[in-house]
Amino acid sequence: MADAKPAQPPRERPLSPHLQIYRPQLTAITSILTRITGNALIFGVILAVWWLLAAATSPEYFAVADAVATSWFGDLVFAGSAWAVWYHYLAGLRHLYFDAGHGLEVKTAEKLGWACIIGSVVLTALTILLVQ
Amino acid sequence: MRYLTARKRAEGRGASHTGTAHHWSMTVSSVGLAFLVPVWLYIFGKALGQPHEVVVATFAKPFPAILTALLLVVGMRHFAMGATMMIEDYARGTTRKMLVIFAVSLAWVVAATGLFALARMAL
Repeated sequence: MADAKPAQPPRERPLSPHLQIYRPQLTAITSILTRITGNALIFGVILAVWWLLAAATSPEYFAVADAVATSWFGDLVFAGSAWAVWYHYLAGLRHLYFDAGHGLEVKTAEKLGWACIIGSVVLTALTILLVQ
Repeated sequence: MRYLTARKRAEGRGASHTGTAHHWSMTVSSVGLAFLVPVWLYIFGKALGQPHEVVVATFAKPFPAILTALLLVVGMRHFAMGATMMIEDYARGTTRKMLVIFAVSLAWVVAATGLFALARMAL
């Protein structure tokens, strides 16, 4: 219709929570950490596989890769990967528990989130102590 | 004429058109990895920092070699599918396609390289 009502101001539409002003919640943080740790683990795996390839190739090549893998940089990558894999491990177990329809109450979900965070730090420390 | 009802054709397949196949595959590989990872961390951690001959001797033994091979194959499939899921959430169009192809290729390259290294040490 050409002679419709004069333009009205657009009605306020509800907005979805905006990430920058949305109060971070433990459940959201522990969820995104699962994705970050899982994908970041590729760096530790690449370093480990390169080290294996070097070991399979020659003593000279192994010396190069081993120097990197056991340097401060290698320690940083492998210690970080140890934490990432344990975090991803616990969060994955939590995911299986969620998928089975359990632990979805807010209180329980938050407890499980803390279990992932604290558990991953403890298991990382144990792993590093055990393999030292 | 279709004898299947629309509901029957749609049931359980969702927006991806592949139903729960991706999710179920991630579930299966995650349970496998739950058994593989702790043992592998111990074997790899113990081998790291050892002299060359000790490293080669470690991965030449059947159990560490088979375990590492399983970890690489199952782990890299799990990674490829998880990374694909992440990319599909954040990227679109050609960028999405290129990133997915890169992630899947990287996973296969890492797995193949690791298997080659194992074969060379173990055989």
